[in-house]
Amino acid sequence: MSALGRGRGAALAGEALETAAAWLLGVLWLLPLLFAIWTAFHPSAYVAHFSPFAPLTLQNFVAAWNAAPFARYFLNTTMLVTGVLAAQFVLCTLAAFAFARFEFRGRDTLFMLILVQLMVAPDILLLENYLTIKAIGLVDTVPAIALPYLASAFGIFLLRQTFKAIPKDFEEAARVEGCSTLGVLWRVYIPLGKPVYLAYGLVLVSFHWNNFVWPLIITNSVETRPLTVGLSIFASPDQGIDWAIICAATLMTSGPLLVAFLLFQRQFVQSFLRTGIR
Amino acid sequence: MAKLTRRSFAALALAAGMAGGAANAADVEVRMYFPVAVGGPVTKIIDDYAAAFEKENPGIKIKPIYAGDYQQTVAKVLTAVKGGDTPETAILLAADLFLLTDEDVVTPIEDFVKTPEDKAWLATFYPAFLENAKIGGKTYAIPFQRSTPVLYWNKDAFKAAGLDPNKGPANWAEMRDMAKKLTKKDGSGAVSQWGIQIPSDGNTAWLFTGITTGNGARLTNADGNKVSFDDPKVIEAVQAWYDLSKVDGTQPSGLISWGATPRDFIEGKAAMIWHTTGNLTNIKSNAKFDFGVGFLPGMKQNGAPTGGGNFYVFKGVPQAKQEAAFKFIKWMTTPERAADWSVKTGYVATSPNAYDTPAMKAYTDGFPQAIVARDQLKYAVSELTTHENQRVTKVFNDSLQAAMTGARPADAALKDAQREAERILKDFK
Amino acid sequence: MTGIRNTVHAWLLVLPACVLLATFTHIPIVTTFIQSLYSTAKPRRPARFVGLENYEAMLADPIFWKSLWNNLIYAGVSVPISVALAIVMALFVNGKLRGRGFLRLAYFTPTVLPMIAVANIWLFFYNPQYGLVDQFLKPFGISGVNWLGSQDTALWCLIVVAIWKEAGFFMIFYLAALQQISPDLREAASIEGAGRWTFFWRVTFPLLMPTTLFVLVNAVINAFRLVDHIFVMTAGGPDNATSVLLFQIYIVGFKFFDQAYAATLTIVLLALLALLAIGQFLLADKRVHYQ
Repeated sequence: MSALGRGRGAALAGEALETAAAWLLGVLWLLPLLFAIWTAFHPSAYVAHFSPFAPLTLQNFVAAWNAAPFARYFLNTTMLVTGVLAAQFVLCTLAAFAFARFEFRGRDTLFMLILVQLMVAPDILLLENYLTIKAIGLVDTVPAIALPYLASAFGIFLLRQTFKAIPKDFEEAARVEGCSTLGVLWRVYIPLGKPVYLAYGLVLVSFHWNNFVWPLIITNSVETRPLTVGLSIFASPDQGIDWAIICAATLMTSGPLLVAFLLFQRQFVQSFLRTGIR
Repeated sequence: MAKLTRRSFAALALAAGMAGGAANAADVEVRMYFPVAVGGPVTKIIDDYAAAFEKENPGIKIKPIYAGDYQQTVAKVLTAVKGGDTPETAILLAADLFLLTDEDVVTPIEDFVKTPEDKAWLATFYPAFLENAKIGGKTYAIPFQRSTPVLYWNKDAFKAAGLDPNKGPANWAEMRDMAKKLTKKDGSGAVSQWGIQIPSDGNTAWLFTGITTGNGARLTNADGNKVSFDDPKVIEAVQAWYDLSKVDGTQPSGLISWGATPRDFIEGKAAMIWHTTGNLTNIKSNAKFDFGVGFLPGMKQNGAPTGGGNFYVFKGVPQAKQEAAFKFIKWMTTPERAADWSVKTGYVATSPNAYDTPAMKAYTDGFPQAIVARDQLKYAVSELTTHENQRVTKVFNDSLQAAMTGARPADAALKDAQREAERILKDFK
Repeated sequence: MTGIRNTVHAWLLVLPACVLLATFTHIPIVTTFIQSLYSTAKPRRPARFVGLENYEAMLADPIFWKSLWNNLIYAGVSVPISVALAIVMALFVNGKLRGRGFLRLAYFTPTVLPMIAVANIWLFFYNPQYGLVDQFLKPFGISGVNWLGSQDTALWCLIVVAIWKEAGFFMIFYLAALQQISPDLREAASIEGAGRWTFFWRVTFPLLMPTTLFVLVNAVINAFRLVDHIFVMTAGGPDNATSVLLFQIYIVGFKFFDQAYAATLTIVLLALLALLAIGQFLLADKRVHYQ
């Protein structure tokens, strides 16, 4: 009895310790965001002086908004992200379907070739990709930022796994009802893969929302520049760094994504759990 | 099908008609690539200038193209030139002079200077700014957004240390002494206020040129094909800079951040700093103490580098367009405009006349610190400008950073840099 | 549904993706290699075949060696730590912990924030005089360390940022995997008297192997791909102490406009990635292979 009690006590202590450690880690991980929120809403003079009584202000947001054409950058990033998302969904779904449900000559070789892109991300080939884009005359356009990423080995791999896990009976039932090949894909596979699309979509959006080096190279003007590149130009002027304004700009630019994640957090994690990536 | 074609044709014709209505066929369009290197709504100021110019000069349309930082802008311009889409003019780094002439894409300004009035205009600019605009007597660039570093000092800290708050250091030795008095430690022995900070990360060479010039050394020749990184005076300059940290302990050790230094000054963590004049407005509006601005203190004499961007005119576009670009450049650099640009952005005005305009006088009367940069210009030299400039500058920066972090002795690092730079420059002799 | 018709259908389905992948991955790999055998074209000197000259120059270039070495340290340290942390985080938020939802969110936020912006915040944290790191360490007698301005610490500072950025993202994958481990296993183990530690190493960890492989592939790629924060925090300094391969490729290709040499460096990076891919492939259990 007492041994059991001691065991319970130790377990409780262990649990408390674990909770404390988890929270410590959580706070550490949140620190940059907390700092950004605090700094953005207080005058610049308080950047290095934490004080709970510091006056609140929205001035930093006004200053940041006026200092660079963020509205345009938002539009560019939105166009970029929606474009990549739509294209990847369509292209990767079609390819994944073929790899999952068709027997055809050269399939396995082709699939291995596609997986090369898992290791060789487009960013690594930025020099050659720049020359390719230049050759087709698309430098400094939004499609140019998207092009190298439109087909994704990751997406094809992920969706192929998903489709393979769907029982064949479902497909056969649909066929009996007279569905064509694409009809089966549309009626059976895609609806059943929904959680995967959501998880994959969110990862994809956050990747492209935040992508920097390739857009930095391929864009040159306000009309095409995404938020990240705009932010980098605005954040490092000759006069040194004004953290209050940068934090305001950071919150502004990642705001939509943060809000989206807050809202969809549960579904996002849930759908990840159901993706079967393991 | 036939119907569709006819409709497309009609739409095309309509579009063409509309385009014709919008732009006068006789208009000369001048495209200007422009780098945004300072914070604030610079693009709006430039748009306003362009509109005002167009109003005064019917028949010329100015199209500014904002291309990011200097690096991106020059890449964009060179790409455009190679693609046969050459712009008429651009503002690019003064230090890109040899890059642009080696690529053979710019044309001398003298091609357009015809009237005595034009000649007089070309002679108005500060010689320090023209130093890296000329090759063999030809002017390839017109100074526009130019800067130079100065020393800022915290008057309150001076008072607290028993120094005269109205007198900054006149030379390097004085700066060293003052820095010793200004360095304060807290109870635990940690420094709570540094005497001096001379930023050394990123483009280390820029501020360092201030120290070498003050020590009587020149880093490059006018042809941009010879460097003297291993000149004993240059080595001495690095050593002196390093000693502020290593021997005196009045400057933080390791590289000092360019971006954070103004904030360090505003926070009272650094009593004296070297930084660009472009910071005047920022420091003025954020510092809670009175501050002074002075020349960079030299080891033997006064000296400072210049930096920033110039107008270039490009080859391979019709002469009428070049002439229009030239007209615009002249207009942009008139004393009134130069004064206005300087007041609005913090850049140094490029000609003495600008400082005689009423607008500038009113500004400097209320803010006398702004005049210091101008007065220092007579001691200023161009920043490091050579063929293969990016490469040579990086070699030099690397060696300076190695020396400033104590990883290598100054002389060994600079001798290696000299050898490497000579290898890069051997084709340009 | 067999035969030629089937093959035609399948190829039509994969064709768009394949064309794009070939254009931006496979063909560039080949052309990069070809370019590395030529000299860079100059205004008065067109490109010419130089054989392995670029490679010889590279082997003699100390900055290349430094970047390579830095990159290996960067990957070698940040990958295992961020993966280990990801497992720990996943175990934390998989349990019945108080505030589980909030913690999931906290761990995941770095993934959502743009690195280029966050790097500026880290720049502030590392400030030797009023930065948060300095404030934290002051009670321990460590103060005034010039974290980013010193050759000894700068690279480690970037590694910390990389770990912070990556761990939460990988956590999600582990969390998904953990939820698919049957609770019966845990019960069975506790009946047999296995402690949590034993249970983790004997049961959980092996079951997580496929996830670990997947995460490792991603982590390794990111360790060679993610250079955003270097642009903001150190620009590769002091004296190339934080330069890594991709950053150096950017400098050479887009600042020096030396395409041939940038291509040569790219080939090294590709070779390195290929080597790592083969290594992971061989290390992995046959079962795990993408079948």
